[in-house]
Amino acid sequence: MAIAEENSGGRRTSPPFVRWLITALKTLGSVAITMLGLMFVTFMIGRVMPVDPVLSVVGERASKEIYDAAYHAMGLDKPFIVQFAYYLWDVLHGDFGMSLLNARPVSEDIKRVFPATLELASLGTLFGVFIGVPLGVVAAVKRGSWVDQLARVVGLVGYSMPIFWLGLVGLLIFYGILGWVGGPGRLDIFYEDLIPVKTGMILVDSLLDGNWTVFKNAFSHIILPASILGYYSMAYISRMTRSFMLEQLSAEYITTARVKGLPERTVIWRHAFGNIKVQLITVIALSYANLLEGAVLTETIFSWPGIGSYITTALLSADMAAVLGGTIVVGLIFVLLNIFSDLLYKFFDPRAQ
Amino acid sequence: MKPFNNLLASVAMGLAVSVIAVPGFAETPANMLVIANRIDDITTLDPAESFEFAGSDVSRNVYSKLVNFDPMNLDAGYGPDLAESWTVSDDGKTITFTIAGGRKFASGNPIRAEDVAWSLQRAVILNKTPSFILTQFGFTADNAKDTIKADGNTVSITTDKRFATSFVLNSLTSTIGGIVDKEEVMKHEVNGDMGNAWLKTNTAGSGAYTVASWKPNESVTLQVNPNWWGPKPAMDRVIVRHVQESATQRLLLERGDIDVARNLNPSDIAGIEGEDGIAVDSELRGRLMYISLNQKHPVLSKPEVRQAVKYLIDYEGMQNSFLKGQYVIHQNFLPATFLGAVDENPFSLNIEKAKELLASAGVEGLEIEAGVREAQERLEIAQSLQNTFAQAGIKLNLTVGTGKQILSRYRARDLDMYIGAWGPDYPDPHTNAGTFAYNPDNSDEAQATGLLAWRNAWDTGGLTEKVAAAVVEGDRDKRAQMYHEIQAEFRETSPFGIMFQRIEQSGRRDNVQNLNLGGAITAVSYWPVTK
Repeated sequence: MAIAEENSGGRRTSPPFVRWLITALKTLGSVAITMLGLMFVTFMIGRVMPVDPVLSVVGERASKEIYDAAYHAMGLDKPFIVQFAYYLWDVLHGDFGMSLLNARPVSEDIKRVFPATLELASLGTLFGVFIGVPLGVVAAVKRGSWVDQLARVVGLVGYSMPIFWLGLVGLLIFYGILGWVGGPGRLDIFYEDLIPVKTGMILVDSLLDGNWTVFKNAFSHIILPASILGYYSMAYISRMTRSFMLEQLSAEYITTARVKGLPERTVIWRHAFGNIKVQLITVIALSYANLLEGAVLTETIFSWPGIGSYITTALLSADMAAVLGGTIVVGLIFVLLNIFSDLLYKFFDPRAQ
Repeated sequence: MKPFNNLLASVAMGLAVSVIAVPGFAETPANMLVIANRIDDITTLDPAESFEFAGSDVSRNVYSKLVNFDPMNLDAGYGPDLAESWTVSDDGKTITFTIAGGRKFASGNPIRAEDVAWSLQRAVILNKTPSFILTQFGFTADNAKDTIKADGNTVSITTDKRFATSFVLNSLTSTIGGIVDKEEVMKHEVNGDMGNAWLKTNTAGSGAYTVASWKPNESVTLQVNPNWWGPKPAMDRVIVRHVQESATQRLLLERGDIDVARNLNPSDIAGIEGEDGIAVDSELRGRLMYISLNQKHPVLSKPEVRQAVKYLIDYEGMQNSFLKGQYVIHQNFLPATFLGAVDENPFSLNIEKAKELLASAGVEGLEIEAGVREAQERLEIAQSLQNTFAQAGIKLNLTVGTGKQILSRYRARDLDMYIGAWGPDYPDPHTNAGTFAYNPDNSDEAQATGLLAWRNAWDTGGLTEKVAAAVVEGDRDKRAQMYHEIQAEFRETSPFGIMFQRIEQSGRRDNVQNLNLGGAITAVSYWPVTK
């Protein structure tokens, strides 16, 4: 009876499609609110910071008449909330406005600079994952050994060494002295504009074009900044992997597996590592997002025309349309990566479904 | 594990490929000039609007003007460019230029007097920031078509009063004097903007080069203009790459990946000096570093105090320490190399003399506020001043802020003292004389915020009239002499302590010859460069 009552009067489970729709709507809603908040805060900061966007456009010596005309043309004479509403309306229509400083649509600028950062951060994350994860696993398995100590030192150096300094020293040694890698910039000047732009990522575009010469040149340029970013990322990933693995390796099911006589390799990689995949996904996604938004110094040292240096230059010049456009894109990427890691979470962990 | 192993192998292979692919010492091609520079200040390519250093570098090589400077002989002053000759009317108000025939724009369109007149009218009508360089001659949007006229192969410009011909012609050598291809530009006109939106990112000139591409904050590529009438430049392409860091520019230069590094700091200059294959160039620029005293202040307005302050500046000490290689001592408002410039620097640090002057003015225990923008070199100068002023019993309280904060107070005559910089707007002495020593109405109501003399509430005495007289003097030598006299009086009586003139040091591969960076009066010229 009790069971019958529970079945009839308790929670009704909705059909899978409806559940999926509700989840999708909730996700979309939270993304929209997050993005709206981000835009509002960035817009507000842009209006209160002690830099005059009009002076940035007209210069310090402009007459009052020219200054006033620019002030009016930029819509700064309207109330803050009206300015924000106009901006929001434009963004919803895919218009991020015109960059005050180079007179081009911000969306075009972002299309040009974002692939450069995406390419760099992706390769950096690949390095971080493919070196950091095995290093973390070995450090946990051989706890206290020289490998563990080495991993700790490598991690500590990666955490504490300023990336700015690391980049300069890397350039000096591998480019300046040894000549093993290409210099600053994405390509040698002779190769610029040789391949058609499809994705904006030169490695990908040169492969699509079948141009191995450009690919090799682009690779020689990206390898050093990507390795330096990858090192930074690896330090974080290896420390987290070690910590997750230590927790698993001390669990009773691992002892049971060993007692049952399973090969050590299977115990470590299939059982222990299999159980930290979910946590690692979050760590890697966060690390990737950090590289996407936080590669400013690396981009500066390596003259890499990416979104980090784009936003920084725009911020210093009070080009708020560019700052807002760049911030929205980075924010969106951050949110999307979170959603992606949630989806992977559900894929790898049936309990999360 | 297998996929993982495969991936590791791929990464290792990629690394090996890249290592093998990179050659040792690189060298740029013989017909290409590659430059590292900070070009993030380029905001537009339209000559009617461009007013920044890197933008002027592009414009000088892309747009011809009526008159121009010969890069191989800057000291000679302006000479013919699109105008093969000119005459001045008896009343000194109208200059008529004869346009050289048979020349073409990069588009292939012929260069007509109509293009020249329209370009100058356009700059006046658009009324962008640098338009004051032309409107100071009385041109307005309403009268531009009547005062700047084309007739056959001549163009005449008529000013509202008599001005020195050298003043008008010097002004026409600045970026805003660039002549655009009317037909080409008007094809791209939108909403009556006279092609401004299009010209921001495109070019339509007749100089030695055309802009092949401009990627903001990334690079500018110039391609030789096949229709240029001058001798074909040795450099078919000029690529200017944005490289922010001095250390990175130095590495690129040492490796031979670039020919010229424009922004090397003193330590990197010291590092490359004496290296094989590299030469260091020092170029005087127009920027001046100065201090000024607000004449509304009851003590700072005393002549003895104004004079004392000039003896409380450690010119030598600063020049030989933190400003080494970046600034040289210069105590006059006209930068060296300008018409009328003088090189007399009578002041040096002399605490005792300053104390005597302060005592004779009855000043004791003075405390003043100095505004300074948060830039490294200015802060270091401010700290040096704080130290030397203290030795004479003056307490200098520094107010450090952003450009907006400090400039707003300076323009409102609200600072006791200002520590800052000033650069000329166009290559004529009036650009600085007309702001440092000219102030026809010193009242608060005048709101002449563009004049430095007004910002410091300084009634210049007779100097305003002398500046007004110099700007209409037709004889070039006599005019230069007038500026000598004005500066001599200014040094002794003004509340300005001009301290230093900027030097720009750059490194180049020593096979690059005839690269002229423009000195204090113009921008870089690429067309004479050879390798």
